Amino acid sequence: MPRKLRSIPGAAAALALAVITVTLPIVSVPAAAQESVEKAIEQYRQDLQGGNPAELWEARGEEIWNTPRGPKHASFKSCDLGLGPGIVKGAYAQLPRYFPDAGRVLDLESRLVWCMVNQQGLTHAEATKVTFGKGSRKRSDLEALTAYVVAQSDGTKMNVSLADPHVRDMYEIGEKMFFYRAGTHDFACATCHGSDGKRIRLQDLPNLTKKADAQRAYTSWPAYRVSQGEVRTFQWRLHDCLRQQRFPDLIYGSDASIALTTYLAARANGAAYAGPGMKR
Amino acid sequence: MPDPMKIRANLVGDSTEVKVLMSHEMDTGLAKDSSGKVIPAWFIQKVTVLHNDQQVLYAQWGTAVSKNPFMSFKFKGGAKGDKVTITWVDNHNETRTDSAVVG
Repeated sequence: MPRKLRSIPGAAAALALAVITVTLPIVSVPAAAQESVEKAIEQYRQDLQGGNPAELWEARGEEIWNTPRGPKHASFKSCDLGLGPGIVKGAYAQLPRYFPDAGRVLDLESRLVWCMVNQQGLTHAEATKVTFGKGSRKRSDLEALTAYVVAQSDGTKMNVSLADPHVRDMYEIGEKMFFYRAGTHDFACATCHGSDGKRIRLQDLPNLTKKADAQRAYTSWPAYRVSQGEVRTFQWRLHDCLRQQRFPDLIYGSDASIALTTYLAARANGAAYAGPGMKR
Repeated sequence: MPDPMKIRANLVGDSTEVKVLMSHEMDTGLAKDSSGKVIPAWFIQKVTVLHNDQQVLYAQWGTAVSKNPFMSFKFKGGAKGDKVTITWVDNHNETRTDSAVVG
């Protein structure tokens, strides 16, 4: 055997070696390696306890919340998230909800936009100019505000009421959307999030048809996304899920996005909200 | 003006545990933007930590440190009410100083 190897020209030998090294991991990745990666990621999260950079967004969000802005020179202190003007504590755990002044069911982000437009006098285009930020050169006020507001619900039990018929409708539409297969790949949310043990690359995907998974998933968003160095909101999460399904662009604050959010938020009822989280 | 740091300083046994989050891009100078242009290196180079007036940590950083860095360390001594002051300087000579009280 060694003699034969020597007769192969260098490049071919290298190629043969390369093939071996490439194929090996594929054959031997199974459960054990997968588990150790998960453990390593879990360890990494624990090491970063108290070091979630989302806190930097919270601080910026709080400042924006308290600063008068727009043509009407109004701050968010007059913005009612459902518990009264300017009340932030625990508000996120009860959203989405129906707002009679807006005549719509709104989630947190769309409610923030509503306040910017109707109380601060910004146009809708101005308010949603940067929905998803990119570095310090293109920062999103909405992401900062969201981080600030959700942090004030940390530890609060999720309690999205479906008593209002408007919210109930949204919940049911959201549920339909979750299981609705469409697009070039004939995907539904449920294709990836409807059974146990699914993953994308190394990311375990929660089975959102199970109460415990649905609770854990919803209560850990919005979150600081380490790989992007940004706080990402639930609107972003849905937008990117639909992008991965090759669906049309989900419009920020659209009824479709709010319906899905309502469904997923209500499914998390009873669990303590624990955000902003931290994701890979 | 760079964003403020988030500093926590707590007494743990006979030492003070300091945890700090800094807001910084920490561009390595290796990445390109969407138009293909190299994003120039921009990163924190020096970090100094003072306990009251005495220096307890000095670090020289490079581009291997992540965006929005988190640093955690302990030093011996310190008492409740003491002041911990942290300063960073980046390669654009921008700087930021914040402090916290040991709790």
